[in-house]
Amino acid sequence: MQISGAEILVRSLQEEGAEYIFGYPGGAVLEIYDAIFRQNQFKHVLVRHEQAAIHAADAYSRSSDKVGIALVTSGPGATNAVTGIATAYMDSIPLVVISGQVATPAIGMDAFQEVDMVGITRPCVKHNFLVKDIKDLAETIKKAFYIAKTGRPGPVVVDIPKDVTQALAEFAYPDSVHIRSYLPVTRGHPGQIKKAVGLLMGAKRPYIYVGGGAVQGGAAAEVTELVRSLGLPCTNTLMGLGAYPGSDPQFLGMLGMHGTYEANMAMQNCDVLIAIGARFDDRVISVPEHFLSSPKKIVHIDVDPSSIAKRVKVDVPIVGDVKHVLKEMLELIRASGERPDAAALADWWQQIEAWRSRDCLLYKPSSEFIKPQSVVQALYEITGGNAIVTSDVGQHQMWAAQYYKFDRPKQWLNSGGLGTMGFGLPAAMGAQLANPDATVACITGEGSIQMNIQELSTCKQYHTPVKVISLNNRYLGMVRQWQEFFYGTRYSESYMDALPDFVKIAEAYGHVGMKIESPADVEPALREAFSAKLKERLVFMDFRTDQSENVFPMIRNGKGLDQMDLPPHMREDDAPPANRDYGNLC
Amino acid sequence: MKHILSILLENEAGALSRVVGLFSARGYNIDSLTVSTTEDPTLSRMTIVTHGSDDVIEQITKQLNKLIEVVKVIDLNESEHIERELMLIKVRATGKEREEMKRMADIFRGRIIDVTEKTYTIELTGTTEKLGAFIEAIDRAVILETVRTGASGIGRGERILKI
Ligand SMILES: Cc1cc2nc3c(=O)[nH]c(=O)nc-3n(C[C@H](O)[C@H](O)[C@H](O)COP(=O)(O)OP(=O)(O)OC[C@H]3O[C@@H](n4cnc5c(N)ncnc54)[C@H](O)[C@@H]3O)c2cc1C
Ligand SMILES: Cc1ncc(C[n+]2csc(CCOP(=O)(O)OP(=O)(O)O)c2C)c(N)n1
Ligand SMILES: [Mg+2]
Repeated sequence: MQISGAEILVRSLQEEGAEYIFGYPGGAVLEIYDAIFRQNQFKHVLVRHEQAAIHAADAYSRSSDKVGIALVTSGPGATNAVTGIATAYMDSIPLVVISGQVATPAIGMDAFQEVDMVGITRPCVKHNFLVKDIKDLAETIKKAFYIAKTGRPGPVVVDIPKDVTQALAEFAYPDSVHIRSYLPVTRGHPGQIKKAVGLLMGAKRPYIYVGGGAVQGGAAAEVTELVRSLGLPCTNTLMGLGAYPGSDPQFLGMLGMHGTYEANMAMQNCDVLIAIGARFDDRVISVPEHFLSSPKKIVHIDVDPSSIAKRVKVDVPIVGDVKHVLKEMLELIRASGERPDAAALADWWQQIEAWRSRDCLLYKPSSEFIKPQSVVQALYEITGGNAIVTSDVGQHQMWAAQYYKFDRPKQWLNSGGLGTMGFGLPAAMGAQLANPDATVACITGEGSIQMNIQELSTCKQYHTPVKVISLNNRYLGMVRQWQEFFYGTRYSESYMDALPDFVKIAEAYGHVGMKIESPADVEPALREAFSAKLKERLVFMDFRTDQSENVFPMIRNGKGLDQMDLPPHMREDDAPPANRDYGNLC
Repeated sequence: MKHILSILLENEAGALSRVVGLFSARGYNIDSLTVSTTEDPTLSRMTIVTHGSDDVIEQITKQLNKLIEVVKVIDLNESEHIERELMLIKVRATGKEREEMKRMADIFRGRIIDVTEKTYTIELTGTTEKLGAFIEAIDRAVILETVRTGASGIGRGERILKI
């Protein structure tokens, strides 16, 4: 029997096990929306802006093991989706984004709502397709899912002209696909794996550096076994948080620009580094030359060969899937019964403990102003460390990463690579739908939340009772911090004037709003928001936080991992940063 | 250093723009690019001449391999190879210049493929350097037009690039 292209698409998505798709209708996709209306296997979530559809689908994927799916119309629908697609691309998140396109004869005619979606998204997708013939549609969808989730995951766009959705064809969904030009590796080279284990066993100051690849690759258990069984120190990148339990004593905290003192010092001073699904990002190792100026041997496990030797030359590259490679490493270690030099490791730990004892995340409590860090700490306590936490971008994001200890992978969802303000709320929505029983909190700022605040409406419609924790400092705080440090406190356009009454906004959307202004109210308010009484409600918590607070430690542009700007209690001169000479950086 | 990359890719709409887009997006250089289908109509063969440090060339090769439609990439410079480029050059050829131009074309093993009273069009193949040398050897002022294909390359001997 022949069915329409729109029906073929819907059937294909069903075949892929779609549970939710996030989207927004328009002329080019009306046929598809009609086919969606006539099925009930998956649910469609109507967002209020296409960017949010992509973030929600993205977080749906980040917080589960599924591929996120979004559907947008041609032209403005498609361009609105681009920021979301680029966000997923930078963090290697598997998505399939279906965009409508004008009918094939109209392509290139400057038709109404025509944009070259394949051209626009080319640099920010893993791959994209324009389906010109209905006969290719089912197979293209199959390929799109396959490409999105295998190898280094990423978003795939499928652009479908309206006439293709209206044409008729038989439906047959392929069981499998083979793409001769796309053969991702999974197993690492055995010789390289052996070399890696050899290096690790010879280490005096070993260090395990784990990134988003271990989260995406489902390798948290293997990472944990490696670290625990050999008694090694471990750090996670911003994207890797949760891959190794954040509350474990062998965890030194996040590393990088706003990483802990001990994590960064260990990174600089280790002699053997095992990088697991991490890409030596500039916000992590800062200046490669300085990083390498302390001699070290580096093993780099990554499924994408182009991540290896991109910023840092390594001694033992291993191209392969983290889970596979780590399993083989663990087997070798078990079989050999070898362990790194115990005395050297004990010395190394002693050094690390000395760094750790300086307590770089300490901050001065205040009875007058709410310290943003204290809100995150209280949130951690009250949610028992169990919430799925999404964040936006800015200071609040860094405090969330520093003070909430993530013990599980896929518990912390944020935009690391692109740093997209506006990610947090739609992401929380997507995560809640993927995890209906979980407590989901969105840590945000008054700047970021306003970039997708319209999604409060979607949250109402689909009953996603997320808790919005807004650390409202009345500043684009991260920008203000840089202006304080590097631009002589000239706060150019970083003050948020005329802020709305967020409580009223929450209420207008049918939610619960709370304004918290005094440190004494932080805990009780959080307890109430997370109480059984409000379990089914979205609660928007507007915390008026200390405006002058800065994120420490911080590595300035051009500085090395062991050249951090430290918080006041660790500084000898104790002068506020504004009065210190920061030179002519940034 | 100059490198000649040979790329086998799916003969599909859009594949070329992915390759070109990659070079511009990542700030790599393209000195020349040629592409055409192969004996297998589903495959295209592309030759890109680029330059950069070894690290850059390694990244370019990896990034090219990452493109879904790219089947294989080799850096011809890694071993013995043959490089050829075709140039069509139209020159003014009047009076005693006519004889001189014919002589130069012969020296460079070029062929005169079109003749008018005032012009010659010369076809020349060889390495990029040889074509450059021809241009250097003749009087700049007589050159009316040059068209170059950019280099194509192939490995010497048994070395082949195939699926
Ligand atoms: C305001 C702000 C501040 C920031 N500060 C910091 C900071 O202080 N510290 C920090 O760490 N980051 C920070 N970031 C984030 C930073 O920009 C990068 O996004 C992040 O460091 C990259 O993390 P990653 O190295 O884990 O790589 P990811 O982007 O998570 O990449 C994962 C890597 O793993 C590979 N991979 C994927 N799947 C697999 C698999 N199955 N097997 C093997 N390999 C796989 C991929 O090929 C890739 O190379 C900040 C971002 C913002 C917005
Ligand atoms: C879409 C977008 N625009 C601009 C930026 C640059 N930027 C990074 S952090 C930041 C300030 C964020 O302010 P807010 O959400 O209030 O968070 P805070 O830093 O105050 O905690 C800005 C503007 C960005 N990351 N994303
Ligand atoms: Mg703010």
